[in-house]
Amino acid sequence: MTGAALSALWGHWRRHPGQSLTLVLGLALATALWSGVQAINAEARASYDRAAAALGQNDLDTLGASDGRLFDQSAYVDLRRAGWLVSPALEGRLRVGERSVTLRGLDPLTAPLAANPVDLSDPGDLAPFLRGEVGYLHPETLATLDPTLLPLRVAPALRLPLGVLIVDIGAAQRLLDQPGRVSHLLVWPNQPRGLPALDAVAPDLVRRAPQARADVASLTDSFHLNLTAFGFLAFAVGLFIVHSAIGLAFEQRRTTFRTLRALGLPAGRLVGLLAAEVTLLALLAGGIGLGLGALVAALLLPDVAATLRGLYGAEVTGALTLRPAWALAGLGLALAGAFAAAAQGLWRVLRLPVLAPAQPRAWLRASDRGLVVQAAMAALLLILAGIIALTATGLIAAFVLLACLLLGAALALPPLLSGLLALAARRTRSVLGQWVLADTRQQVPGLGLALMALMLALAANIGVGTMVSSFRMTFTGWLDQRLASEFYVTGRTQDEADAIRALLAPQALAVLPIWRAAQPLAGAPGEVYAVADHPTYRDNWPLLRAGPQVWDRVADGTGLLINEQLWRRSGLQLGDRLDLPGWSAPVVGVYSDYGNPKGQVMLSPDRFTALYPDAPRLGMAVRIAPEAIPALRAAISDRFGLPDALMIDQAAVKRFSLGVFERTFAVSGALNVLTLGVAGFALLTSFLTLAAMRLPQLAPIWALGLTRARLARIELARAAILAALTALYALPVGLAMAWTLLAVVNVEAFGWRLPMFLFPGQWAVLGALALGAALLAAVWPVRRLARTPPADLLKVFAHDR
Amino acid sequence: MLVALTGVEKTYASADGPQRVLQGVDLTLDAGRSLALTGESGSGKSTLLHLVGGLDVPDAGRVMVGGQDLSRLDDAGRARHRREGVGIVFQQFNLIPSLDVAANLSFQARLAGRHDPAWSARLLDRLGLTGLAGRYPEQLSGGQQQRVAIGRALAARPPLILADEPTGNLDEATGDAVLDLLLDLVRDTGTALLMVTHSTRLAARLDARAHLSRGRLA
Ligand SMILES: Nc1ncnc2c1ncn2[C@@H]1O[C@H](COP(=O)(O)OP(=O)(O)OP(=O)(O)O)[C@@H](O)[C@H]1O
Ligand SMILES: [Mg+2]
Repeated sequence: MTGAALSALWGHWRRHPGQSLTLVLGLALATALWSGVQAINAEARASYDRAAAALGQNDLDTLGASDGRLFDQSAYVDLRRAGWLVSPALEGRLRVGERSVTLRGLDPLTAPLAANPVDLSDPGDLAPFLRGEVGYLHPETLATLDPTLLPLRVAPALRLPLGVLIVDIGAAQRLLDQPGRVSHLLVWPNQPRGLPALDAVAPDLVRRAPQARADVASLTDSFHLNLTAFGFLAFAVGLFIVHSAIGLAFEQRRTTFRTLRALGLPAGRLVGLLAAEVTLLALLAGGIGLGLGALVAALLLPDVAATLRGLYGAEVTGALTLRPAWALAGLGLALAGAFAAAAQGLWRVLRLPVLAPAQPRAWLRASDRGLVVQAAMAALLLILAGIIALTATGLIAAFVLLACLLLGAALALPPLLSGLLALAARRTRSVLGQWVLADTRQQVPGLGLALMALMLALAANIGVGTMVSSFRMTFTGWLDQRLASEFYVTGRTQDEADAIRALLAPQALAVLPIWRAAQPLAGAPGEVYAVADHPTYRDNWPLLRAGPQVWDRVADGTGLLINEQLWRRSGLQLGDRLDLPGWSAPVVGVYSDYGNPKGQVMLSPDRFTALYPDAPRLGMAVRIAPEAIPALRAAISDRFGLPDALMIDQAAVKRFSLGVFERTFAVSGALNVLTLGVAGFALLTSFLTLAAMRLPQLAPIWALGLTRARLARIELARAAILAALTALYALPVGLAMAWTLLAVVNVEAFGWRLPMFLFPGQWAVLGALALGAALLAAVWPVRRLARTPPADLLKVFAHDR
Repeated sequence: MLVALTGVEKTYASADGPQRVLQGVDLTLDAGRSLALTGESGSGKSTLLHLVGGLDVPDAGRVMVGGQDLSRLDDAGRARHRREGVGIVFQQFNLIPSLDVAANLSFQARLAGRHDPAWSARLLDRLGLTGLAGRYPEQLSGGQQQRVAIGRALAARPPLILADEPTGNLDEATGDAVLDLLLDLVRDTGTALLMVTHSTRLAARLDARAHLSRGRLA
């Protein structure tokens, strides 16, 4: 019985290869986009973890000089003698030809396990390491270096962060030419009891809590959340396809189900078989999806890595490693998605009365009650979105708001279309018009899911497009303000910087300092900049808020400026005091600072030097006629041998900044296009499956005196009307999404709020695209209709199907 | 002479080779007369009806309706013939599910540009559908649906009604009642009727009978 039932059920998929393809491909695409994004996120997270773990700074306290300079390793010996469990480390930069790496010297014999990213348990590995003959590098870093220029033999180690060369401490001291010196001591987490106080043994050292370097992970969280949200959107769009394909397959087999039930197959068994079928299809599709997902991830990862480097300074490998957990999660999601999509169908099969007459067209029937329920749910979600928008804060809330908005708007689409078509039908006088409108209205439930998918994709495109374009417009204007100086030079040492300044001063209109020091602000990594009192800043600096005489007060040291990120994060208002170590002053202005995840403070150069006497003062901005730059560049290069990378003109900085910007949004753009593609595919499959079911509805109209060509034209017009209405509706939804992204998500994620600009040109292009997609999707079934031989149309009347 | 078929042949392609359904059929029907077409299942009754209705064209021979050779018309011409020259009542799949009874009934007449509201209202009344005018086909019984179909065929006042087992799906009592109505209306309006039926009892009630067997009329 079960075997017979199975073959009866499977026969359907064999007879409808297109439908099987739709189902599998839809689910595969959905899984692909989702798991692709997940693979990227996992890769990035693994990179951060590696960086954090290798530093040992994640969990370990360190001891270092209060001024951050190197100190003698005798302090280490003293501490060990006193019973302290510490291990010496020396860190510095090492030049390897054109590039440089972070050289990190460790003592593998005393270093806590957490700080030791290289496995040296084999004595055959340990001995050469201790002798300073071997160092370890991440293979990807290794690939970028010329191995002949390395001062020692290098072995690859995958757990290392990028750009870090691990060697024995002795080797590090030799290579950095710092014999007997260390940069810090790693403190074991568990120390023996009754130790003498640190001050007594090593009075010059200060103990520091785990450094917030792993903050790179928290800084980038918002970026990854963004990606995840996109992946989820794509997945949801894909599920729409799966839902309609499964729904159709169930509906078309209704008679089969009934026959099987009538022949004695228990309903539970039938549902079990169907569930097994769904599982099988989901696993197949999930497998394909994982493959596609890996491809998507591999294609996008370089851009993502570049973005993360440019925006957050986070190093992420450009190569993808796939983890079993990722594959399992992807398959799990495909399964969950397939069952979510099939739940309704399975439920209906379970409750299918054995005897009721087969009603194959019921699937297409406008169930007004269903639409009312849908409209009610949509209203609820939109109200919820409104409440969240008004009350809640936080990035998660922002995304929940976005989800409510999009889902609510999507759910509202079919009831809205249905109402609109009913209204239009009532006002139309032409008999054909009435029929077209009424008939289209009946199609709305069948096409609803595909239209919702199209609407979501369009809205997401408008939303993200508006955000990116608004951002670009703001950003370029802002760059012009921020990069008012024509030429930027950085010395390699303090002496060199001072000498360059002396050289430049007589030739330039002004040489302005670019000095900065790292300084935790409002509990997060931040930085302090010096800003000179000069028209360059007075006239151009992008101030969002400013108190009276803002520049005078910064110049005379009675006020400071903060960037928008810090302003929003800290909640400081103009006039509130900001505390820096050793100084506090009121905030007199707030400036926009796009693309920077950190909080920032600006104060006068005098204050800066007083507060951070040790901070290197290497950078300078030069006001000069652009024509004079090449000569100046040559002069500096001749005198100091300064590499080009340290002399940048305004145009180059702008180019670079815009490049980072474009790459940042390349990923959103790519996901956007993919989502639109998935939606187009959903539309095509919906039109195809509907077309197959439409013959019985069109045949009577044809028989009553319409030519096939005319019918085909009407079908095409119908698709165009639906797509146009959907696109029209997607516009306000997309703009609402853009507003949420600009005014809520960006503020929460990055700390800046952007003005919204409107780009009707983009809308027109998207509208045309939607129309094109719908017509393209409709044209195939319509052509088939136009060429259907009368004999086939007649079959509708001759047989009971 | 309203309908004249001469030497009509029709062959369908099927899984086991071409199937010669009609092999030289001659048939005539005068205006205002009724003719019952009987024959075994698969003998080609529906096929013949479809040819007269301009739904398909014969492979050979001529189908003249109202003095027009349907084979010589193009797609648009045959569509016009279906719209204005005949009213067709099928066994099923007849009504337009998205339109209510009143709209279904007047649909063809309005397509043909011959909508007469008074006549439509009278038809509704005669068919006993007045109270159901606002309902949709799925809310009607089989007999009610078939009555709407008859009304639609008559609403444009075509000279010829083609009916393909119009009561085949109905129980005997309902079928008889529907048929009585059809015959009454046809008589009252002077419309010709070509009706396919399995039942000799029903066939006996029409002016003439023709039996289709082995692709020919007997
Ligand atoms: N559109 C078509 N395409 C292919 N073959 C067809 C088509 N219509 C009918 N046939 C074949 O032509 C033959 C005659 O069919 P037709 O429907 O005319 O018979 P019928 O006399 O109306 O039968 P019934 O009494 O069962 O309705 C049948 O064998 C049928 O299979
Ligand atoms: Mg027949």
